[in-house]
Amino acid sequence: MNDAETATQPDPGAIVRRHRLSTRLWHALNAVTLLVMLMSGLMIFNAHPRLYWGEYGANFDPAWFQIGSGARAGQPFGFVQLTDTRIDTTGWLGLWKDPEGVVQRRAFPYWITLPSSYSLAAARIWHLAFALVLAFALAAYLLVSLVNGHVRRDIHVTRREWAPRAIWHDVRDHARLRFPTGAAALRYSVLQKLAYAGVLFGLLPAMIATGLAMSPGTDAWAPVLSEVFGGRQSARSVHFLCAAGLVGFFLVHMAMVLLSGPINQLRAIVTGRFRLPGGRTARVEENQ
Amino acid sequence: MSRLLLSRRGLIRTGSLTATGLALSGCDALFDNPSFRKTLESAEDFHRVSQRALGGEALAREYTKADLSPEFRANGSRTVADALYRRQLAQGFAGWSLRVEGLVERALDLSLDALRGLPQRRQITRHDCVEGWSAIGEWQGPQLASVVTLARLRPEARYVVFHCADLYHARPYYESIDRLDAFHPQTILAWQMNGAPLSEAHGAPLRLRVERQLGYKQAKFVTRIEAVASLAAIHGGKGGYWEDNGAYAWYAGI
Repeated sequence: MNDAETATQPDPGAIVRRHRLSTRLWHALNAVTLLVMLMSGLMIFNAHPRLYWGEYGANFDPAWFQIGSGARAGQPFGFVQLTDTRIDTTGWLGLWKDPEGVVQRRAFPYWITLPSSYSLAAARIWHLAFALVLAFALAAYLLVSLVNGHVRRDIHVTRREWAPRAIWHDVRDHARLRFPTGAAALRYSVLQKLAYAGVLFGLLPAMIATGLAMSPGTDAWAPVLSEVFGGRQSARSVHFLCAAGLVGFFLVHMAMVLLSGPINQLRAIVTGRFRLPGGRTARVEENQ
Repeated sequence: MSRLLLSRRGLIRTGSLTATGLALSGCDALFDNPSFRKTLESAEDFHRVSQRALGGEALAREYTKADLSPEFRANGSRTVADALYRRQLAQGFAGWSLRVEGLVERALDLSLDALRGLPQRRQITRHDCVEGWSAIGEWQGPQLASVVTLARLRPEARYVVFHCADLYHARPYYESIDRLDAFHPQTILAWQMNGAPLSEAHGAPLRLRVERQLGYKQAKFVTRIEAVASLAAIHGGKGGYWEDNGAYAWYAGI
């Protein structure tokens, strides 16, 4: 936002245009796509619920991460294992009951996978179709956002914002749930910028790159994709970790939406119209 | 107030569980819709065409002996019940031969010695299972190109089908590749793995290696090679065991 715009900044309470059409369309499409990708991806993981580092990795090789099941004193249990540390996850991961009450020994339970009952083939059909939607929609959105100035004006972190004090200030504001008011609410804070830039230019491209790196066809003509991650199984591990990163982003994103006025935020991402918050807060501060 | 909060929380929980349940059954129902599923599956064509356009004749990565998996996992059929196969296995495949037929000028019966006598290719490659695991092994055998050239493939032959000695869940295993992969330099009929003749678990006496595709294309226990113009008349018509019986993609380069 330039100086001329800030000179005529709207008052708190005013309805303003918040998100561009391109942002709203991509957000809606991407929300559906990422959900399908995550749930079908978890089903694909169920086919071999072990992660390795390096080029190869199968049952005889040591896994750094594993979801499995076993039996202790005749009692079956599910577990998650990170290197040598094992956590009992019976009922949630590794061993759980399906809607018919039948005990299933699969990593992720039915309510979070696509399809809900085990099918690697069906999950791959979902995953490899929506992968194209994810990749092409992201490419189109990044291109449009570069051209219309969204990246430069809204996402780009300025030198001033990179200052540790500025970042620390924003961390404290977030921790106290103090959200910007008035015209300041039209700009992303530095943490928001870092989160959105991290997803747009970090996690999502990394998901696509590591996904392609696992394809034996792609590996023949673009071996660099798996080589930069240290091999195919490393790429698979990074794929899983980046997915976890996206889930983490989603949870924080949802928490922030809920804490900062969910109806207003929801309206802004659907219709583009946003009521500038802060009238009340400003008055409270005056009284102090 | 606290009771109100609790009930509201309960409401939210019930609501979100119901929403999740609806979304799940909705997705499963959507997948059962033939035209929706067809649209999803058409992505396979996009992947195949784009991989072929970008990949062309590119070679799969090859490794060194230092990269070999300490133990190479065997998958699918690890043993073959067929009586003829058992007899041949016991005799070290002395009387065994590979039949090459279909759309060829000259049908062939090639003994293991004949296959060993053809120019050999040795390659250390990575085997990627559709499930997600990988193993690196060394394979040796004649290129498929020399075998089909010997049989003089007819121009109308578009696919090469590999018939196997094993039944998997009571159905014959088979696989198929197109001409492009059939003539790819790394497509070999391997009779040797890690310097020794193939073990039964790994597909003795002969298996296909088509290195730019997933594990289920690497047919084991190959006894007959058939050149065809269309896959429609073979078994389930989709070009392979997993393609027919599991809805897996025929092009397995992804």
